[in-house]
Amino acid sequence: MSLPEVVRIVEVWDETRTIRTFVFDAQVPEAEPGQFVMLWLPEIDEKPFAVAQPDPLMVTVARVGPFSAALHALEVGDRVGWRGPYGVGYRLHEDRSALLVAGGYGVGPLYFLAKRAVERGIPVSVAIGARRALDLLYLERFAELGVDLVVATDDGSAGERGYVTELVAQALVAGAPLAVYACGPELMQVALHRLCREHGVPAQFSLERYMKCGFGICGQCALDDLLVCQDGPVLTGEQLEGVRDFGRWHRSATGRALPIY
Amino acid sequence: MPGSTQSPDIDISVDLCGFHLPNPTVLASGILGLSHGVLARVARSGAGAVTTKSCSLRPRSGYANPTILDWGPGLINAVGLSNPGVEVMVEEIQAAKERLSPLGIPVIASIFADTIYEFGTITRFIAEAEPDILEANVSCPNLDDRYQQMFAADPYVSAQVTRRVKEQTDIPLLVKLSPNVTNIAEVAEAVAEAGADGITAINSLGPGLILNIETRRPVLAHGTGGVSGPSIRPIAVRCVHDICSAVDIPVVATGGVTTGRDVVEMLLVGATAVSIGSAVRYRGIEVFRKVCAELKDYMARYGHQDLASLRGKAVLST
Repeated sequence: MSLPEVVRIVEVWDETRTIRTFVFDAQVPEAEPGQFVMLWLPEIDEKPFAVAQPDPLMVTVARVGPFSAALHALEVGDRVGWRGPYGVGYRLHEDRSALLVAGGYGVGPLYFLAKRAVERGIPVSVAIGARRALDLLYLERFAELGVDLVVATDDGSAGERGYVTELVAQALVAGAPLAVYACGPELMQVALHRLCREHGVPAQFSLERYMKCGFGICGQCALDDLLVCQDGPVLTGEQLEGVRDFGRWHRSATGRALPIY
Repeated sequence: MPGSTQSPDIDISVDLCGFHLPNPTVLASGILGLSHGVLARVARSGAGAVTTKSCSLRPRSGYANPTILDWGPGLINAVGLSNPGVEVMVEEIQAAKERLSPLGIPVIASIFADTIYEFGTITRFIAEAEPDILEANVSCPNLDDRYQQMFAADPYVSAQVTRRVKEQTDIPLLVKLSPNVTNIAEVAEAVAEAGADGITAINSLGPGLILNIETRRPVLAHGTGGVSGPSIRPIAVRCVHDICSAVDIPVVATGGVTTGRDVVEMLLVGATAVSIGSAVRYRGIEVFRKVCAELKDYMARYGHQDLASLRGKAVLST
């Protein structure tokens, strides 16, 4: 059964000018880091969002279209429907330190993963990339976990100047047994995929596609022969090896393939 | 098949519209049928044939989400026939055929149109992809008012669609019927008479309505939606029985088929093959392989060598 349950927003705050975090009067204790829920605004739409915290349910949402704009307009006490959790999340390598690589609002599920890894005693470093200092989010939350944190911005207004992938490249040559867990813009993840392959480092990537059912029957989120909603959204580097759609094509509501920029 | 005790002598292949399917399970239209990559995976997962998502001349976005929900005993959906349009689907069908034909798995292309005339137009366009079989979807329960009632509600209109498609192509044609009629056998007779090579039955039931009681609003964005899955199987079995009693063309039975036992039931009332859709939700893409293994187990237990010994063998007093 997966009918949406309607719950109230109990907390909401701005992360950046275009990104807001919502906490709901809902508990998803079974959720794994990387899994997602479908959020429903009656008469508007329903969209997938990664779980940033399971209990109470928290998600971080960027304003990118009509649905997220409508969600952003809601306040504490307003009602939202949700169902889930769905999909396959991150699978932590117990014997390797974790390098979490986030771009933009990709920090949400990686924060959940960092928390889980810390609980399990796995050493965690986090690399976050953004255009500029103002676009960074979740820094304090990561700092509270006591994990190593490095930042890269395109303009050098915080941390290193450049791409976060450059920081990762440095970490990978250091040689300690690492596993990479990524979430962010797909082209960043494509670059990371290549990098991790070159260094023989196991890696997992969280991908986004337009979804309808969320549970593996509509085929809308197809990535070659993979279903992002059910085989993913977290896919391993091996699963993505040779996948032609990765970094190139996503599908619209009609099902037409559109290029990724 | 690991974990099952099956005699290699058991033959579950079927003949459908001139094609020899390795087994009677067909991927139903509207499920996973948008892209050739996923269609190939369905074939690798054991389907005997696959059906693409219903295709129209022009792209359609369909309705807003939620479009498909699992309400426990089944699914409810109002997708709104979203599809990328025939130009894109022709490429997908061609790519799917390239990968599936070597495996001996036919590709069935589902088509729909707003008018009887346009069923002819879409047929000409889709025929370029040379799908092995066509399926005319005349029975979607989720159409807007501007489409008036569905074609399958009227035997005469269903027959006209059938004739229109058959005039344009020699590709074998299945016509997919709706349970939402008082006499489905009458519709079946009309399309058989008009030249249909087979019938797929049933499309989803309803439409039905599920409310979210907190907001007092429908859970589907469209409001109502077609009901499918295990909850409609008894109705599907009765419809297939009625159709098989009335016509001699093959019937692809669909509606809640989830296990090997359900396949046997559909064969007993006369089905040639079965389509599986909602069960992908309950048992994953591997459902095709699982259902075939269960079917073979049943046949081994009761000494059946082939499906002909089951087909139409239901004992009904009526």
